[in-house]
Amino acid sequence: MARKEGGSAGGDHLGREWWWDKIAQAVLFGGGISAIVFVIAIFVFVAQQGLGFALFDLDLATFFTSPQWRPTSEPEPIFGALALIVGTASITGLAMLVSVPFSIGAAIFIGEFASGRTREILKVLVELLAAIPSVVWGFIGLMVMSPLLMDVFDVPVGVSVLNAGLILGLMAAPIMTTIAEDALKAVPDGFREAAEAMGATRWQVIRQVVLPSAKNGLVAAVLLGVGRGFGETMAVLMASGHSINMPSSPLDPVRALTATIAAELGETARGSEHYRALFSIGILLFAVTFVINLLADVFVRGRRASR
Amino acid sequence: MVEVERDTAVSKLEVEGLTIRYGETVALKDVSLDVRPNEILGIIGPANSGKTSFLRAINRMDEMTDGMHVSGRIALDGTDVRRWRNVYALRRRIGVVFPLPVGLPLSIFDNVALSPRLRGVHDRASLEEIVERCLTRAALWDEVKDRLHSLGSLLSGGQQQRLTIARALSQEPDLLLLDEFSIAVDPVTTMRIEDILKELREEMTIILVTNLVQQARRLADRTAFFLKGDLVEVGPTEDLFMRRVRDRRTTDYLEGRFG
Repeated sequence: MARKEGGSAGGDHLGREWWWDKIAQAVLFGGGISAIVFVIAIFVFVAQQGLGFALFDLDLATFFTSPQWRPTSEPEPIFGALALIVGTASITGLAMLVSVPFSIGAAIFIGEFASGRTREILKVLVELLAAIPSVVWGFIGLMVMSPLLMDVFDVPVGVSVLNAGLILGLMAAPIMTTIAEDALKAVPDGFREAAEAMGATRWQVIRQVVLPSAKNGLVAAVLLGVGRGFGETMAVLMASGHSINMPSSPLDPVRALTATIAAELGETARGSEHYRALFSIGILLFAVTFVINLLADVFVRGRRASR
Repeated sequence: MVEVERDTAVSKLEVEGLTIRYGETVALKDVSLDVRPNEILGIIGPANSGKTSFLRAINRMDEMTDGMHVSGRIALDGTDVRRWRNVYALRRRIGVVFPLPVGLPLSIFDNVALSPRLRGVHDRASLEEIVERCLTRAALWDEVKDRLHSLGSLLSGGQQQRLTIARALSQEPDLLLLDEFSIAVDPVTTMRIEDILKELREEMTIILVTNLVQQARRLADRTAFFLKGDLVEVGPTEDLFMRRVRDRRTTDYLEGRFG
């Protein structure tokens, strides 16, 4: 007591660990904030390049309803993105149809049934699958899937919605499987044990307890897959046929939004109408991605709040 | 009185030569004891005495535990549990309450309705009746009747433990196993649950593993003392506490000289 009254704040000095703590905090803050900064920067760039054009010069009615994308036709170019939107939507939709059941099934098998060595080998293989570059998938679509589809369905062209959808489904599946499996693993073993002790069969445990409690993570996995499919460019460019077309069957070739930007941007004059129209497509992609994420968020929160 | 019952009663559970190993480690050595119908058998003993392993062997939870190996005979109503072909049907007859409450991430209603649904009860009226009855028996109904559809895992620890008991009761078990149920529960809730158990004894047989010797004294008709995998002795609870014991170690443990 006497020492404290002496006036000097005994022991109050900023030591090394105090500074390290401050530095660590600053570095982590910078890391965390950079994600936001980059997203905003990208948004500003895309908006600056295309938003003025999209709002004032572009005929939005034509953009959303016309299937004619003729950016270079003279004298009057037509910027109709409907065929591209339908192309992307049909490919992504088909891909999800293929990959969601496969991924969830694979995740359940790896997470709940496989054990020991089988499980480890499967996980490594799935991760390996996720690491295959998209151009390789495009190559497979072009060189393997295409002739296969021509043979099986007896059609003259093998690059189509079906081809791109299957390739994209295969591409999205490993990531969805990995994330879905993580979601299943996050379910505490106590839940499984409690349910099994009640006499639930393995399938009942999964169906009644594990899947409901992993639901948020599974939705996240699926949405990430949708995002992956939606944004994928190279494989879709190679496997879809890349021809502007309103598909009437899965065997028709189509063109995707992303592939259009990739294929055309390099050949346009900077600042030209065509260039800025491509950025308008970019804004559309950005907006849709944003909405998907927002929906995921609302869904996850909404579920929590209603319970 | 006790002596008369001992002669006439048929065993609910007969355990003979039960040995449990985890790999090389022996958790329980050659244990034999009987559990009578409608009694509460207390099992006391310090940590690592094999109490939990004993419970797990009864409803064959060892089958989902890596490395756990059980030998010996456990007969429920005269039939060896290892002879049951349908292990799920066996487990449905045995209610289990774990040390830490496990509120499944379902609504309160669904938590209690889960077991009836597993055995095929699906009509709404029956389920509602079962849920109300079991929650009432577990002294939880009044607290949750207005929010049956909110998440069971959001309840407090004491409420979750009563939810767990309601869920076990919804199995309509004839054998109830409790493993240190009061470990994460406040004293008031503990007393409420103890009162529930006294009533439940009328309908079912209860095995109560507890690390609180006074809890065994309050509830158990007979008490077994496990120590390092041995069943040191089993007898009427009052005998143990009145020092009518066969083994010095029992008195030492009851009087807190170790454990």
